[in-house]
Amino acid sequence: MALTSRAARTRSSIRPSLQVHGYRPDSNGTRRERLTALAFILPALLGFSVFYFWPTLRGFYYSFTDFDVFNRPTWVGLDNYAALLDDPTFWNAMKVTVQYVVINIGTQTVLALLLAVLLHRLTRSVLVRSVIVLPYLISNVVVALVFYWMLDAQIGITNQFLGWIGLDAIPFFGSQDWAIPTIALVNTWRHLGYTALLIFAGLLMIPDHVYEAGRVDGASEWKMFWRITLPLLRPILALVLVITVVGSFQAFDTVAVTTAGGPADATKVIQYYIFDLAFQRYQFGYASAVSVVLFLILASVAFVQLRLMRANESDVA
Amino acid sequence: MHLVTHSAPRRRSRARRAVAAAGAALLLTACGSYGVDPGADADTGTVTYWLWESAQLPAYQQCADDFEAQHPDIDIQIEQFGWDDYWNKLFTGFVANSAPDVFANHTSRYGEFAERGLIVPIDEYVDRDRIDLSKYVTGTTDLWVGPDGKRYGLPKDFDTIGIFYNEGMTEEAGVTREQMENLTWNPQDGGTYEDVIAHLTVDENGVRGDEPGFDKDNVRTYGLGLGSAGAPFGQVEWSYLAMTTGWWYMDAEAWGTEFHYDDPRFQQTYAWWRGLIEKGYMPPLAFTEGGAPDQQVQAGRYAMVTEGSWQTANFGALEGVDLALAPTPVGPEGHRAAMQNSLADSISTSSQVKGAAWEWASYLGSVQCQSVVAEAGVVMPAIASTVDTAKEALGRTGFDISAFTDQIDAGTTFPYPAVLKAAEVQSITSSVMENVMAFNAEPDALTPMNEQLNALFE
Repeated sequence: MALTSRAARTRSSIRPSLQVHGYRPDSNGTRRERLTALAFILPALLGFSVFYFWPTLRGFYYSFTDFDVFNRPTWVGLDNYAALLDDPTFWNAMKVTVQYVVINIGTQTVLALLLAVLLHRLTRSVLVRSVIVLPYLISNVVVALVFYWMLDAQIGITNQFLGWIGLDAIPFFGSQDWAIPTIALVNTWRHLGYTALLIFAGLLMIPDHVYEAGRVDGASEWKMFWRITLPLLRPILALVLVITVVGSFQAFDTVAVTTAGGPADATKVIQYYIFDLAFQRYQFGYASAVSVVLFLILASVAFVQLRLMRANESDVA
Repeated sequence: MHLVTHSAPRRRSRARRAVAAAGAALLLTACGSYGVDPGADADTGTVTYWLWESAQLPAYQQCADDFEAQHPDIDIQIEQFGWDDYWNKLFTGFVANSAPDVFANHTSRYGEFAERGLIVPIDEYVDRDRIDLSKYVTGTTDLWVGPDGKRYGLPKDFDTIGIFYNEGMTEEAGVTREQMENLTWNPQDGGTYEDVIAHLTVDENGVRGDEPGFDKDNVRTYGLGLGSAGAPFGQVEWSYLAMTTGWWYMDAEAWGTEFHYDDPRFQQTYAWWRGLIEKGYMPPLAFTEGGAPDQQVQAGRYAMVTEGSWQTANFGALEGVDLALAPTPVGPEGHRAAMQNSLADSISTSSQVKGAAWEWASYLGSVQCQSVVAEAGVVMPAIASTVDTAKEALGRTGFDISAFTDQIDAGTTFPYPAVLKAAEVQSITSSVMENVMAFNAEPDALTPMNEQLNALFE
């Protein structure tokens, strides 16, 4: 589900930039066309309003209340937000989350770009493409649990190997220093193929004649990567980054099935903290305030990224 | 459809108003649904029952079949979910008014349900049906008297703590069964308990923990295993030690509001326990993420672990290791100590069939059903007269469970220290205790932690 809808979104946002000729974006069409358009959009709109827009509104409202779900929310104004500023766990969660995002997105984007370019320049095999996306098809929980056991400090297979080459056992999930990098890299492993595939789709849109021209001018592969591939890939890369950064900020499941926020809050990412507050401590008002802050952060991150990378313009045309 | 007949700007404002009106209507309806559904008292119908323990499912299904035979107009529907999912599902069940009529409840959780009126007190039912509370194992019924002094469940089983140890390893080390059953402990030098732990620890070169040349950084087998930092109550981790010093968690047996984590007796105990890591006798806390203690025992990484009686069948089924069971050590005040907890079944306030629900809940705590449970040999049933059957059934796992029951007979068990705001307490204590166990903080950090806990209840 997530795969198809995300892929669809990617495609639809690419197309307008390619079909600028003879297309007036401000055109409203005839009434009949408008009705047809409405009919097409209605199912999605309904789902969006019921499952996204309405809960978001309610979340905003609850963030100004004291609410335990069972009793009527009481209005407390900005108290939750004030408490948030003094909450060391919240700031720790922010720090941990940013750490996670930097490691996860950094490694994932670089490796995915590398993989996509290799795919593009070396092979067009459908088999290779499917193999690359395989980790993404495995459930997050399964991936997390398998790594959790493989990376166990005492009986995990990874530390057996480390032992054979003379290294000390590393408590990957148990050490406060290792836990976040470990979780970030586990998710890099899982999302790498999918991200590479998105970038690969972007690469396919770069016309071959640009590379031919480059080759005629005697440009090396390395030079063509920096001068042709990267600039022409920019809108896709911007989109991929927005999707992956937003997704990365919402890391939850890997933490939930492995460390549950521990040891000593070292992996208590912001989404896990929200879950902990709401569903284990019944502080729905406060949890909503934290969610609103996360929402604002993500919205501005996405906005800044799109702006900086001029994602709505393409250099291809 | 009439929207499109108007001109564009007007149409938009209309549409906006319509959305606003719909939104306001939704807000109003949403506001009307708070509070707990009072349910009804029907005596017949379908009763849904939830439990988390999969190993007990067959026994309770048997109870349900027997019960339905006696009560043809009541249907029992059992559903089982694992521990972690269980509480989340139950919570959403309460919110969505689809909670089970009867469900297995835990001492650490029911206080909050009772406080919010989500479960019903059963005092009236108990009086009406003249239930004899003395038939239960000592101490189990009191655990189910809530913060308001009312009773929220009839105990159906009980658990306590013991030491599971690898008998192959003790024999090799020359430690006898008799020694294991007569361990002593104190927070200064650790007594014979520490001697045995040290002696059972073996490094990669085969040197024991109490021999010269022991390499504490390359340990093959730790004398004592570790599962977690034991926050907040150290049920299987450290409570069996702290309680032999005369210490208690708080200012009341249960539902206290002032905590005693600042007491030197507790902090000394905790410091001694943590010291085992420094000496190389117990694994660092960082090693506890990953495989569970039973897996480590099976892999020969731990010579002994302190665990709950609910793990008896699980440990008995471990292949390739020969395990035995010993009682917890005798402490400075001259007695042993072990936490005793009990599960009970609670009835949801929102149940439409509370009459039938009570019939079922009381049947679950009756001799008939508990005999079936005892026979299954998974847990120790709370009805005293069935304990012998359970001993025999659990004895088939190869363990002598008198290590558990002797402490109850001797009166050295102490009840699970139930508190309100359990999730908050858990969150505060695990952060601090994990830092202490990871040597990022000293045991005196438990004093400010105690102040934080007290502040929760001010």
